[in-house]
Amino acid sequence: MKKRGKSQRVLPGFGLTLGFTLTYLSLLVLIPLGGLFLMTARLSWAEFVQKAITDPRVLAAYRLSFGASLIAALINAVFGFIVAWVLVRYPFPGKRFVDSLVDLPFALPTAVSGIALTTLYASTGWIGRLLDPLGIRVSYTATGIVVALTLIGLPFVVRSVQPALEDLESEMEEAAASLGATRFQTFRRVIFPAVLPSVLSGFTLSFARAVGEFGSVYFIAGNMPMKTEIAPLLIIIKLEQYDYLAATAIGVVMLIASFLLLLVINGLQNWSRRYQ
Amino acid sequence: MNLFKKHLPAAVIACFAISVFAESLELLNVSYDPTRELYREFNEAFARHWKATAGQNVVIRQSHGGSGSQARAVIDGLQADVVTLALAYDIDAIAEHAGLLPKDWQSRLPLNSAPYTSTLALLVRKGNPKNIRSWEDLVRPDVQVITPNPKTSGVARWNYLAIWGYVLRRELGEDFARKLNDPACADEVAAAQSKARAFVAKVFKNVPVLDRAARGATNTFVQRRIGDVLINWENEILLSKNELDSAGVEIVIPEVSILAEPVVAIVDKNVDRKGTRKVAQAYLEYLYSPEGQDIAGKNYYRPTSADAIAKYKDQFPSIELFSIGDVFGGWSEAHRVHFADGGEFDRIYQP
Repeated sequence: MKKRGKSQRVLPGFGLTLGFTLTYLSLLVLIPLGGLFLMTARLSWAEFVQKAITDPRVLAAYRLSFGASLIAALINAVFGFIVAWVLVRYPFPGKRFVDSLVDLPFALPTAVSGIALTTLYASTGWIGRLLDPLGIRVSYTATGIVVALTLIGLPFVVRSVQPALEDLESEMEEAAASLGATRFQTFRRVIFPAVLPSVLSGFTLSFARAVGEFGSVYFIAGNMPMKTEIAPLLIIIKLEQYDYLAATAIGVVMLIASFLLLLVINGLQNWSRRYQ
Repeated sequence: MNLFKKHLPAAVIACFAISVFAESLELLNVSYDPTRELYREFNEAFARHWKATAGQNVVIRQSHGGSGSQARAVIDGLQADVVTLALAYDIDAIAEHAGLLPKDWQSRLPLNSAPYTSTLALLVRKGNPKNIRSWEDLVRPDVQVITPNPKTSGVARWNYLAIWGYVLRRELGEDFARKLNDPACADEVAAAQSKARAFVAKVFKNVPVLDRAARGATNTFVQRRIGDVLINWENEILLSKNELDSAGVEIVIPEVSILAEPVVAIVDKNVDRKGTRKVAQAYLEYLYSPEGQDIAGKNYYRPTSADAIAKYKDQFPSIELFSIGDVFGGWSEAHRVHFADGGEFDRIYQP
């Protein structure tokens, strides 16, 4: 007779680990976020709407934060895929070095990358000097914000696409080719569906990271009200004006909006997995 | 040997107790950015003075940062014995939001609790290529102005009010402070105020970057070479004169400007809990003493005692200074009209 019940799992102690997980998440995530909602509850609904939703300055900040993050994540999804493709498929000298470069934005203090980018892209900087005659301003504009967010989001896409590409054997492409598929058809019908879920999860991570980013954007943005002021900066400005309630209210709106967006993207991801 | 062993613990405890007792007199002075050098020197002088008069050792620890964020740190629980901040509004905020000191704190020390004053100076590129001589030049379309954000930076509020006050002075003449409070001049004043509003808005249209605090703005101007003119504390600019020379910038001091009064106060609830009221009180009063005043002057703050004023006369260009009380009705009024959400400053950026 087989013994049924408790010890079927490889690792025992489900109750203990679940308890640990819940406590751990509560201490680090749930309680601080709960405090945010509790603090916001001190505002009446009308005050909340006025402070965190209808104020034109706050609206402009949301639009900029989410808009720039989306653009940056899209750029990363396309170019991060190409970087991952090169790193997985082609052997070349210095490949390992390039590969480790991808991780740098993870480790670099974001203020450092922000200052470096600002200096490079300012109209007196090495790159900015070349762009300036073309009428392209990067530092202290919304374009600069997208550049900074693209930098910090890049590793997320590359690192999530790489394993998926490694799993995808080149025999599959050869098989597709031998069955008469063109290069584009092979990409569209074979490679793309297989890596789409991982591109989407890289996109999500990169987007989520960008929405919360402050350090690098602060230096490159110029921080002009209504134009280049991101929502996290506005939260700090509200705090420094001792308007704690407005700061938490904006925080809550950001939290809910990010949550909804991540939910939608996760839904997309599940939908794309069905293809396989 | 035995004796030694027996008494060792007691000896250790005694040593510990003595050291605790000796270190127990410790003050935390929470200050704003450019006072680093001033208080480094003043703290040593006060420690010597306190040792000589009260026979106690006192250690003064310093904390520096943007004036507004320092006030917020005290509100959120930083155990400051004394606060020495850039403007009265920030100490008002501590009184209002945390109740750590009474609301009439400013009347507890002489001269509105401002032992030293300062004003604003303009920093321009070497040789003054854009020929910037006064506030008037800041509205020229070819001039880029660097100032931090008045919503968050102490000096930026002074900058903003200095420019606004300058226009009132230009429009209303020498006795503008009287006219501002004279109902008979209401029409003239209203016209001058709207000129000032347009002028200030024009200056801020020339600002390409708004940093959060003074040091950030200085870096933007000096290190990253953005902009044609930086508005900053006179004391900070004079202090770094030698370094500024090699950085390729020059000083211009406008002829009419605001009298900036950095203020000091005891944080009552904190000193009462720590039992440091007496030494904290003496510490702040010593800022008004001959030695305190001399140190202020040496560090390019404008002293307030007659002797020190005479001694450091040549260091400061003599210019016409107006006070925030006379022209803006004090800090809380200035804040309500100009810097609160929906105030004059916000309207500059409204499309």
